[in-house]
Amino acid sequence: MTRYLVGRFLGLAAVLFVTSLVVFGSVHLAPGDPVSFLLHGRPATPEAVAALRAEHHLDDPLATQYLKWLGGVLSGDFGRSAQYHQDVSALIGSRLTGTALLVGYAAVLVAVLGVTAGVLAALRPGLLDRMVLVGTGVATATPSFVTAIALVSLFSVQLGWFPGPGGGTAEDLSGRLHQLTLPAVALALSFAGLLARVTRSAMLDELGRDHVEVARARGVAGPAVVRRHVLRNALGPVVTVGGTMLAGLLISTSIVETAFDVPGLGSLLVQSVTAKDFAVVQAITLLSVAAFVLVNLVVDLLAPLIDPRLSLGEGSS
Amino acid sequence: MTTTTSAVPYRRPGLRALRLFGQGPLFTVSVAVLAALVLVALLAPVLAPYDPEALDLSASLAGTTGDHLLGTDQSGRDILSRLIHGARTGLLGPLLVVAVSTLLGTLLGVVAAWRGGWADTVLSRSMDLVFAIPGLLLAILLVSVVGSGLTAPVIAMSVAYTPYVGRLVRGIARQEKARPYIEAYRVQGWSGWTVCVRHLLPNIAPTVFAQSAMNFGYALMDLAALSFLGFGVQPPAADWGAMINEGQAAVLQGAMLPALAPSACIVLAVVAFGIVGEGLADRIAKRER
Repeated sequence: MTRYLVGRFLGLAAVLFVTSLVVFGSVHLAPGDPVSFLLHGRPATPEAVAALRAEHHLDDPLATQYLKWLGGVLSGDFGRSAQYHQDVSALIGSRLTGTALLVGYAAVLVAVLGVTAGVLAALRPGLLDRMVLVGTGVATATPSFVTAIALVSLFSVQLGWFPGPGGGTAEDLSGRLHQLTLPAVALALSFAGLLARVTRSAMLDELGRDHVEVARARGVAGPAVVRRHVLRNALGPVVTVGGTMLAGLLISTSIVETAFDVPGLGSLLVQSVTAKDFAVVQAITLLSVAAFVLVNLVVDLLAPLIDPRLSLGEGSS
Repeated sequence: MTTTTSAVPYRRPGLRALRLFGQGPLFTVSVAVLAALVLVALLAPVLAPYDPEALDLSASLAGTTGDHLLGTDQSGRDILSRLIHGARTGLLGPLLVVAVSTLLGTLLGVVAAWRGGWADTVLSRSMDLVFAIPGLLLAILLVSVVGSGLTAPVIAMSVAYTPYVGRLVRGIARQEKARPYIEAYRVQGWSGWTVCVRHLLPNIAPTVFAQSAMNFGYALMDLAALSFLGFGVQPPAADWGAMINEGQAAVLQGAMLPALAPSACIVLAVVAFGIVGEGLADRIAKRER
């Protein structure tokens, strides 16, 4: 148990270390001089060039540069954005709510839609089951940006129920959520499709077990059997897979935010790549990988708490 | 849920849902769809009725007519011709990713399984490490350094897909290595290299191939997403992901086809690759039993 925990945390540290090396080293991977890469054709006075060299510690040996950069990152200093003339950490802070709302909204949709569809399919074999199977098959094979286009053309252009991309940001929370509905659905749909499949097969596994038969024979009412004996036992894989999906949502959000012009970290990342604003790209990549790995770790550690039959380290290859 | 160490290819959560369709007539249909796609890509210059990059601003967003079967985009370019030419980059990118990741993954996996010991530990840990970093982010980072185009996304995705193949190959190669026939060849004095290449590789090849077919679908989806973000092949070149990006504005004006037609192509290709990959994997799993 302790050995497992230590191993997992060492793994986490290794991933973060290597990612930081890659993110830091990519400046030097670029063809040409790091300064001209960081300036990227923007005109600069000799003083500005000197300032840039000083800011990135370019006159130090590489290892010292890395340590200084890492020290800055660990204290929340990601440098300055060339595009917005602002500290990267402040810029990220201002965009964080957009992404958090969208990912949170999508996560709720994934959980509600996925589990409901999966439970219904398992309990109602026949037409409903077939419909869920085909629907989830199509949903998982449809990339989020394709779903986004389809949703915009149907719900904002044809029906006008929801605003399309680029309508500014609403002030109040309910207006904001209304705006984020289509993006959240686009982000959630393929994940929900998969979660429905996982829920369905976990439910079917449990439905065939002896203890369910015994509960039925004992005269426990049908809905209570499903709730207490089937759903509760099926929850383990559902929560594990659902949890790792949260990590997936964090990555896919950049595509959906771009498609819908949602002001968030993902769209900021994409814009910054286009605008060659490298400090922002470095910061968001590093933070996203960290969030991705952390969420996966937390899910693996929490799974045994939800389903005590799972022990730590089992099935986590 | 715990099939990671069996001979069944590792299934990335995603297209697993297509598994159910892998047996019936849909398998045959999917193989036909893929064959047609490859033919279209190869014969694009012959099949396309127009130059995919020819502008005709007077015919901007013309609907479906006899001249333009799928209409035109905002710059008046023929959508059908762009779709046909788009099949080329649409298939070339994933093909490169699958080729590189399959070769590299097989090499790493076989070496890890064959050598065992510290080589196995180092290789397996490294693959776990790469596995933990999302490919999309790796690609975005690389694009920001070397610029958009096919190169950066293909390199990043090849790196990201290698552990999928490597872990699978390591698992099945270890099982194969434990079988008596390998020992028999070794006793006869064959070198480890010869036994691996002549006897072990052909036996694990079908499973690796099934995994590669699935990876092709995933890679197509990932590269299309990067293209959609504007990081892939640059306009005016015809590319499905880029066409969706360009078609977004037309959607807001009520013209669906410029964005929906390439979307349909992507979904069709991904579904077909998913069904074929899942179908092959199930067939192999059945045969093993």
